[in-house]
Amino acid sequence: MMREFVKTYTSLYKEHEDTLNRSSVPLLNQQRSNAMERFDQMGFPDNKREDYRHLDLTAVLEVDYGMNLKRFNIPSNPHDVFRCDVPNLTTKLMFSVNDQFYPNEKPLNLPQGVLCGSLAELSKTHEALLAPYFNQLAEQSLDGLVHFNTAFAQDGFLLYVPENVILDKPLQLIQILQGPEEMLVQRRLLVIMEKGSQAQLLLCDHTLSPNRFLVNQVSELFVADNARLEYYELEMSHAATTRLSHTFASVGASANLSQNGMTLSNGLTRNNIEVHLNGSNSEANLSGLALVENEQFVDNHIWVDHAVPHCVSNQLYKYVLDDQSKGVFSGRILVQQDAQKTAAYQSNRNLCMSKESKMFTKPQLEIYADDVRCSHGSATGQMDETAMFYIRSRGIPEKEARLLMKFAFAADVIDNIHLDPLKDRMRMLVEKRFRGELARCAGCTAAQCS
Amino acid sequence: MLLEIKDLHASIDGKEILKGINLSIKEGEIHAIMGPNGSGKSTLSAVLTGNPAFEVTHGSVSFKGKDLLELSPEDRSREGMFLSFQYPVEIPGVSMVNFMRTAINEHRKYREESPMSAADFLKFMREKRAIVELDSKLANRSVNEGFSGGEKKRNEIFQMAMLQPKLAILDETDSGLDIDALRIVAQGVNKLRSAENATMVITHYQRLLDYINPDFVHILYDGKIVKTAGPELALELEKKGYDWIKDALI
Ligand SMILES: Nc1ncnc2c1ncn2[C@@H]1O[C@H](COP(=O)(O)OP(=O)(O)OP(=O)(O)O)[C@@H](O)[C@H]1O
Ligand SMILES: [Mg+2]
Repeated sequence: MMREFVKTYTSLYKEHEDTLNRSSVPLLNQQRSNAMERFDQMGFPDNKREDYRHLDLTAVLEVDYGMNLKRFNIPSNPHDVFRCDVPNLTTKLMFSVNDQFYPNEKPLNLPQGVLCGSLAELSKTHEALLAPYFNQLAEQSLDGLVHFNTAFAQDGFLLYVPENVILDKPLQLIQILQGPEEMLVQRRLLVIMEKGSQAQLLLCDHTLSPNRFLVNQVSELFVADNARLEYYELEMSHAATTRLSHTFASVGASANLSQNGMTLSNGLTRNNIEVHLNGSNSEANLSGLALVENEQFVDNHIWVDHAVPHCVSNQLYKYVLDDQSKGVFSGRILVQQDAQKTAAYQSNRNLCMSKESKMFTKPQLEIYADDVRCSHGSATGQMDETAMFYIRSRGIPEKEARLLMKFAFAADVIDNIHLDPLKDRMRMLVEKRFRGELARCAGCTAAQCS
Repeated sequence: MLLEIKDLHASIDGKEILKGINLSIKEGEIHAIMGPNGSGKSTLSAVLTGNPAFEVTHGSVSFKGKDLLELSPEDRSREGMFLSFQYPVEIPGVSMVNFMRTAINEHRKYREESPMSAADFLKFMREKRAIVELDSKLANRSVNEGFSGGEKKRNEIFQMAMLQPKLAILDETDSGLDIDALRIVAQGVNKLRSAENATMVITHYQRLLDYINPDFVHILYDGKIVKTAGPELALELEKKGYDWIKDALI
């Protein structure tokens, strides 16, 4: 079955190779045929693979999706769709629609040398700068989906921050899915943080059309020595959205990467996050919150690679599962032989609100150095009934008591957000979500309005 | 009559714990409940406050003329029932302030009053904290999380002060308190007393009753109240223990 799907796309590729290249740029085109070969070899991951054991993509791949290979123009102006009624802007706001970056209406007024916007457009003037980075991490992947993206991606989002430049305002990219029919979207992101630079980037996923979407996203994050990147991803899509995301990060000496992924509403989500701590004294803080109900599915697949000594990594992942929803967490920590004095921690906590919900957890520690501090813990449980009674005995109705408990459960992941307006906004969104009051676009201005 | 319990039977997991309790409490009264470990004192308090873990198999309870057993735990609280837990529960992630504000406003909503403003609430909380000398640091933490045994008990009485119940059940509030804390907490309870409300004090020791003077002392034994008398009964128990009761029963 999977082989059939691969064939469909390899022949599609052959047929449209010229169109693909014509509507893109050399930086991306150079990688295409190689990527296609790898994709053909590896195919789509089937659930016989250990890392896809709980995720069967057959039904997702069966759909006959359209792809916007000819790069037809985006029908509507996202700035109109996402008008904020409170003019108290706290982020630099940008949009992408499907896999196209939407040109900014106004200049972002970023410090000199910062590149931020369409990967295809910016590569026309900065190809030599970007070539050593683009696809360097993704190319190593053993997951055919990654190469599937590289073979078809025609544009993407680029953030380049030069040495010692500090962006004081957070950047926000709203990634919209919109289209008249079933769509396959190949999103690509490239973030390059030069030595000593700092930035905060918030990505918000929204699906505006009711039809099915398959998003296959590849992000590469390069965080050079002493640089600092806070990378937030917020998904508020719908039941017919499949998000397959692959994030690769390389972190240099004394650098710091924070990644926080929050799934508030979705259909089927797989987040692969692969972090390589390549310079000593670097730190990676990864956290995630998944709130799922109905038939929703969230699968977070984390891999932290400690290649050098004196690095710290933290993983904190929490799931609240209701109805027939399903969650998967797989956290792998690799401590290589040279990585002495590593401190690596992992925690996964899950709250099952219904008997039908399911959670699968798999921690994996591979330690080849002897002087390390590592810990991992995982627990899946139901609502604490003793605490429920205690709260109700003070006059708080059962429904509110449940809400307080769920909110309390999610609190420490939200506390890991360093961006205060986003933290406040997230508290509100999570509460609304638990109350079932989350409007489709409530988060569109996640850090915009206070 | 504030509370009237008639032939109350209750069980957990099919095991009968309360085997026919009869007890009446009037406004303004203080009742002490004493009895050996495992006799059913905490079970009685749990059943009165509506803990769903216990099943009432027989009997009736009326509270302010209403059928108490028909009410949810939250409605019992909003009708004026309060339990100071023998083992207060830790709730990480729920701040004391948020917890109490939610509780107060739910009580107000029940009385069809508008929510308290943030400023009024904080002022109210400060006043009530003073009654039991609860550290402001504790009030800013998660509910009972990492509180010492004594701090938890103090926090229970603080919540009682906030909610101003008609009937307060204090389940071994004295255990775990040091001598000074015992005095402060007991004086706090006395400050909250009035002719309209009543208190049920569950304790093993006379020392609490030195501060909170009961009108009646009941002995609960194997799920039944086997003896009721005045305050002198507590003194007698202190001297003789429970063996003489057992002997008298067999
Ligand atoms: N959840 C439960 N499951 C099974 N048995 C229980 C449960 N809770 C209480 N019991 C039993 O009910 C009986 C009464 O317990 P209870 O806690 O009411 O006693 P108590 O009088 O408060 O004792 P103490 O003075 O030690 O606090 C005991 O035998 C106890 O083991
Ligand atoms: Mg007890």
